[in-house]
Amino acid sequence: MSSRFRRFGALLAISLSVMACSSDDGSTDSTSPVTSATGVTTAGTEASSGTTNEAEPSDATTAPAPSVTEAGVTTPDTAAVAPTPTADAAPPAVGFPVTVIADNGEIVIDDRPAAIISLSPTATEILFAIGAGDQVLAVDNQSNFPAEAAAKSSDLSGFEPNVEAIAGMKPDLVVIADDTKALSASLGQLGINTIYQPPVANLDGAYVQIAQLGKATGHDAEAEALVLDMQSKVGEILAGVKPPAAPVRVFHEVDNTGYSATSATFIGEVYTLLGLQNIADLVEDTSGYPQLSIERIISADPQIIFLGDTLYGESKATVAARPGWDVISAVKTGNVIELDSDVASRWGPRTVDLIRQVADALAALGA
Amino acid sequence: MSTRRSRLWIIASVVALVVSFGLATSIGAAGPSSWHAIRGLFGGQLDDVDRAIVFDIRLPRIVLAGLVGSMLSVAGASYQGVFRNPLVDPYLLGVAAGAGLGATAMFAAGRDRFASWPVSPVPAVAFFGGLLAVALTYAVGVAFGGAAKGSSANLVLAGVAVTSLFTAVQTYVLQRNNDVIREVYTWILGRLTTATWADVRLVLPYVLGSFVVLLMHRRQLDLLRVGEVEAATLGVDVARIRLTVVIVATLGTAAAVSVSGLIGFVGVVVPHVIRLLVGSTYRLILPLSLVLGATFVIVADLLGRTLISPAELPIGVVTAFVGAPFFMVLLLMRRVES
Repeated sequence: MSSRFRRFGALLAISLSVMACSSDDGSTDSTSPVTSATGVTTAGTEASSGTTNEAEPSDATTAPAPSVTEAGVTTPDTAAVAPTPTADAAPPAVGFPVTVIADNGEIVIDDRPAAIISLSPTATEILFAIGAGDQVLAVDNQSNFPAEAAAKSSDLSGFEPNVEAIAGMKPDLVVIADDTKALSASLGQLGINTIYQPPVANLDGAYVQIAQLGKATGHDAEAEALVLDMQSKVGEILAGVKPPAAPVRVFHEVDNTGYSATSATFIGEVYTLLGLQNIADLVEDTSGYPQLSIERIISADPQIIFLGDTLYGESKATVAARPGWDVISAVKTGNVIELDSDVASRWGPRTVDLIRQVADALAALGA
Repeated sequence: MSTRRSRLWIIASVVALVVSFGLATSIGAAGPSSWHAIRGLFGGQLDDVDRAIVFDIRLPRIVLAGLVGSMLSVAGASYQGVFRNPLVDPYLLGVAAGAGLGATAMFAAGRDRFASWPVSPVPAVAFFGGLLAVALTYAVGVAFGGAAKGSSANLVLAGVAVTSLFTAVQTYVLQRNNDVIREVYTWILGRLTTATWADVRLVLPYVLGSFVVLLMHRRQLDLLRVGEVEAATLGVDVARIRLTVVIVATLGTAAAVSVSGLIGFVGVVVPHVIRLLVGSTYRLILPLSLVLGATFVIVADLLGRTLISPAELPIGVVTAFVGAPFFMVLLLMRRVES
């Protein structure tokens, strides 16, 4: 895979039209000749940064000679464009190639990525938080934060990925959170680097993924700073929490049929961190997301209910209106907290906000 | 079969229903211990939490399970009668696929849009989706001359086609809106979990109405058993009876499905067991289906909510898990008999 990629990168560095014209890297070429026009600008910056890549000269010999001349003849304008952005692209390229060890194995990234596609809303938030937003080409249809990322939203779906549509945008790095459709393998065959970042079980897992993206995009320092910042903020919040006299029982609602999240999940760990007692842990479960009987929820009598399903229209009012729920302490005392569904389901930088919201709810209970 | 034996069967099945109701009321993931719940029913003291659990959560769920079980069984038996085919289930003419598409479309449209509505529109749309599918099946079946000429084969084929069509559209909608897959999946596996008295009130008129009309047709169904041509010579208007039974059974099934989701196997297994026990006269099959259908689903739901308590097992999984092996044994026994 990596040798294929290296050759792919070299081809780009030599000529833009190679991708559209050469029969050598057939699988990529055949995807979409239509997009070759838009590929020009993206590949232009790519080509410029590629000149600092020491792998280029050796690999250049493997590139078919005809396409070089062809490129020079047919697209002289791009040849003129290519050298100009060299100056500003040069500094971040230092340190490449890098090897990132992700959940889908070792990924060798030869060059600073300049056309990243993020199919993970969490990764999108991280990329923009570590200053790699400029390098992002497009994000999936679920990525809606921050606003700059939403502007790069596309029809691409992380759950129903269309390999041709992704490859057609000519990304140099794709970040995914779901690989059930073997997307990383398909993209790998096309020589496109893919980092698989599945949902994590705790904050440390989130920090690891932030570091991975930092390394992959040439923003190690910012990623490290982000992790330190998150760690210190979380530490501050935790330090400010007065330990309650008796354990406080919480119920995290995933949907209105009793589905919840145990302490083995990322959201569950947030409650554990704050010393809360998660009633979903009463259930033997391996998925992390068991369905609790409504009877059991009522008898467990949670003191705080966190709604992770506000996106589906659930609210403090709808919970209070449910038959039988009026006897639950949380409903009686009004401690039904509406969480932002996006924040509660992602494991990015905004997790700090989530922890703060939960801590505030806990403080309000004690007051 | 003698009248006295028939009466004994009816009494025995009612006893079974009462026992299952008592057990289901007493046992749960939480709430009052043993028979305190029953005592609570008859005015005994219960604290607030236990009262909420028994009266707001458990009882509506049991009553709804019973109604849905009765409806699916009676509808199944009636369908089997008019189509003269013991393997027919109430979902045959597409009611499940239509209701499934309706519910999926509503989930895909976004539940937040309807959150402020006094009642969820999902059951209503599922209901009309089910009716639409069956109406389409009937129109196609009649257009090809099946029902009019008194043959049911075309109607069944039309049902297969309509079911495939609606399922395909449902799958497409789901693919385009994969964020609601889990909601739809939960719905398809049957959801008695969140049953309320409002759900019971919603289906009660349809279910009771269907019961009355279908039970009134039990003698005609017996005549149909002899054969469609023979029944016609005996003065039975086969096409009219089929239309009436199908409409009424579909209305009831659609109502049941719209609040409970798709609960499989009940409509086939319950009438079958009854045939095995008492023979194939509809005068007995229909009333027994009503009582034992309720018993079966109440017990299945009891298992579903206690086996892995305090977590839940979907009702559709339990009915199919119990129903499928039972069905196989039944087929085996039939082969041995013949």
